[in-house]
Amino acid sequence: MADLKVVGQPLPKADAAAKVIGAAVYADDIVLPRMLHSKLLRSPHPHARILSVDASAARRIPGVKGVLTGQDLPIRFGILPVSQDERALESEKVRYVGDPVAAVAAVDEETAAAAAEAIRVEYEVLEPVLSIEDALRQPGDERIHASRSLPANLHRLQSYEFGDLAAGWARAAHVREDLFFFQGNTHLPMEQHSAVGQWVDGRLTVWSSTQVVHYVHRALSKVLELPMNKIRVIGAAHGGGFGGKTDPFAHEIVVAKLAMVTGRPVKCTLTREEVFYAHRGRHPVLMWVKTGVDEEGRITAMHFRSALDGGAYGSYGAASVFYTGTLQTVTYDIPAYKFEGCRVFTNKPPCGPKRGHGTPQPRFALELHLEKLAEEIGMDAVELKRRNFMQPFTRAVNWLRVTSCGLEECAEKVLAASGYRTRERRPGRGQGFAISAYMSGAGTAIYWNGMPHSEVQLKLDRTGVTAYCGAMDIGQGSDAVIAQIVAEELGIQAADVRLVTADTDSTPIDLGSYSSRVTFMAGNAALEAARKMRALLDAAVDARAGVPFLEACELAETKWGALSTAGSYTPPRIGGPFKGSGVGPSPAYSYSAAVVDVDADARTGIVRVNKVWIAHDIGRAINPLLVIGQIEGSVYMALGEALMEEQTFRRQLGLHKWPSMLEYKSPTFVDTPEIESFLVETVDPEGPYGAKEAGQGPLLPVIPALNLAVHDALGVWIDETPVTPEKVLKALKDGRVGPKMFPAVPWPEPIIVEPPARDDMRVGAELEAAFPSA
Amino acid sequence: MAGLLNELDRPVDRRVLVLRVNGEDHQLLLPVHKTLLEVLREDLGLTGTKHGCELGECGTCTVLVAGEPQLSCLVLPVQLGGREVTTVEGLTAGSELTPLQRAFADLGAAQCGYCTPGMLLSATALLRSNPKPNATEIREALAGNLCRCTGYSKIVEAVELAASGRG
Ligand code: FES
Ligand code: FES
Repeated sequence: MADLKVVGQPLPKADAAAKVIGAAVYADDIVLPRMLHSKLLRSPHPHARILSVDASAARRIPGVKGVLTGQDLPIRFGILPVSQDERALESEKVRYVGDPVAAVAAVDEETAAAAAEAIRVEYEVLEPVLSIEDALRQPGDERIHASRSLPANLHRLQSYEFGDLAAGWARAAHVREDLFFFQGNTHLPMEQHSAVGQWVDGRLTVWSSTQVVHYVHRALSKVLELPMNKIRVIGAAHGGGFGGKTDPFAHEIVVAKLAMVTGRPVKCTLTREEVFYAHRGRHPVLMWVKTGVDEEGRITAMHFRSALDGGAYGSYGAASVFYTGTLQTVTYDIPAYKFEGCRVFTNKPPCGPKRGHGTPQPRFALELHLEKLAEEIGMDAVELKRRNFMQPFTRAVNWLRVTSCGLEECAEKVLAASGYRTRERRPGRGQGFAISAYMSGAGTAIYWNGMPHSEVQLKLDRTGVTAYCGAMDIGQGSDAVIAQIVAEELGIQAADVRLVTADTDSTPIDLGSYSSRVTFMAGNAALEAARKMRALLDAAVDARAGVPFLEACELAETKWGALSTAGSYTPPRIGGPFKGSGVGPSPAYSYSAAVVDVDADARTGIVRVNKVWIAHDIGRAINPLLVIGQIEGSVYMALGEALMEEQTFRRQLGLHKWPSMLEYKSPTFVDTPEIESFLVETVDPEGPYGAKEAGQGPLLPVIPALNLAVHDALGVWIDETPVTPEKVLKALKDGRVGPKMFPAVPWPEPIIVEPPARDDMRVGAELEAAFPSA
Repeated sequence: MAGLLNELDRPVDRRVLVLRVNGEDHQLLLPVHKTLLEVLREDLGLTGTKHGCELGECGTCTVLVAGEPQLSCLVLPVQLGGREVTTVEGLTAGSELTPLQRAFADLGAAQCGYCTPGMLLSATALLRSNPKPNATEIREALAGNLCRCTGYSKIVEAVELAASGRG
């Protein structure tokens, strides 16, 4: 692949020019003739039964064209088949401050807001459940979701044992246990969520700022009881997701229903305060980890426990629990591993997937824990970690299959560039080092289906080529990646590839822009479609060399009529022979390493980040400009989580403390340091041209590296996020800030899983045939 | 010009105003409480100006008023007193991108692009008052504009490139 011409070029995003002149049309920019505006009425209580809803006053307000209550949208939905626990508008009870109860469509936003306020809802207030500890106890009044089979407010409960734990502990020369807490935080996309619904002649069209048009399509079909061919979902230009626009949302269903009821287009744009309630952000997670190492510092066994504060609904939570336990084994070689995880419901906005989905929390815990372990046994922490690095082409104890792995090279790059080993040692100045891994897309779809995870169609005629792809460009530049792959194969410029994306009427299935899956999966689908098209073009020009592209297109159309080809990607079965093995497997893992350099002021507690060095094993950078953009954005977002961002609530009231951008602190230009990025290209055997993911992995090592830098500077341990000045000062007084206990959880008997052979690289049918009973 | 009732039966004060935006005059009848952000987007169809909070907290809605960056969500048109407003649509004369726009596009300073119009206007004002800013000056001048995608580095580089005249 030495002669790649378009792949590997740092080209601008496909829509860059439209975005710098203000021409890109985001959902809230859409204006349709006779369009109405919608507002949701949300619960003021964290936990309450709804006794009655009286919308008569709202209906009487001039300009109000439609009112919906829970009776109008009774069908439940939810992103995962196991968690169909949400309603667009609740009619029985509310479960967090901000839970939608009613909706209004009116001629303008002001009238809609006033009408929503005029709706009278009578509540019977229930005792709220606001912490993990409370959720594990029998509730004062009633459970948040009464129908669950697990006790108290437990949502999910998992226990797994991989390999011979007893032998692992017996072999250990040193064993250490630690407790950590990762605070919840939110995506804070600059664009407030927005959707527009239109109903014409029995057909529904919804434009939305979603990351996954397919999932919105499915939810609308279910809740509105419309067949999918009567619904079209279009992704508008996207103002930032980071995982926060991956669930179907109440406002998307409401604009659709209101459009059906009123016969007019309806728009709903959330206020910034409502965006904090829509949430689906980082779970607060309490973690306990115990690790044994032998005399050489090699891990002999590990036991990891996590408790996730899930908020009021399931969302992606059933997967999130698994993610807090699965990827430990793909960075460090752990011969025996036990994982116990639980998620609880609380009366707060639902948590879900934020960049790194369920893995930043355990990564934070694990990197700090191993550093403590190394300190305790008097070993250099970097050396201890390196001795346990996962090697390429190895199968982990929990069956995750590692192919290309640039961990060593990533670590070496940042250690050398930062001068970590020879860093200046003085109080107040410090550096921290950490590593991580992330998935290039999930190996299993979130709902059972036999379809490919991505498909790309190409259409070619005398006017050139158009690529149809269901993935949503959420700013990361996935459209440019598809264009570059097609252009590479057809021997043209990326700008010559026209793109139609994220439109359920015209694009084939794609599971969307999350899980770091687009480059790998849609990229592979585009590659296949383009290679087929190339073969047709070659046949059309009949081996004549040097025929210009458009001329070749005309020859092809003359010969066969307009041409179309399709490519698709379905990951092979990779997971092991046990229930729950679907979460964690990925066709390839990216690797990252980071060093963070800080000044930490012992007098004020203020931590200032001087610089971050980060190396990322991208497999191959199809577009290095966009890869660096993902890395820099990830580092920034990680520093926000590490230093200041937290989504917290007032005790008793369940009120969000900071539902505004002023009070929810996020890093500005002056808080964000210089970032030096290194790309490591390991050329993965299954990625398109060897590419792996870049959107999430680089966030992961930065958070622990920041805490470790503060430890290096001041000698204190801050075993939770974020590292605020108050915590630094408290840690200087007490030596440590962090959780003191892990609550009693009724863990079930573990599922015992026989580990694979370490060199077992089999996948798909070959792997399945080897399973005794599965 | 009081007297017109809105849909909620409250009297709404409306005024006829002439708003000069991107070199064009617009005569509008506006409720006095309507913000410049709303008027630009809803009455003039200039949806290039974005919003992230509508409370003066994020900088996304930045426009230039008489050349100075202002948060359009906090400005009422009645306060403008004839001063000219420049939005992202007004940066370009004809179809050529300005050096700043070109640099933003080429260097990846716009990812989702939602913060970009506000960034461009803040940066335009900076380059007018300080044509050769250093990185620290750029960071300080743009500190009121939040971006969630880029980590800011590429935006700083784009402003530097535009200032260098090499863009
Ligand atoms: S929308 Fe005006 S500052 Fe945020
Ligand atoms: S580019 Fe997305 S917020 Fe700045």
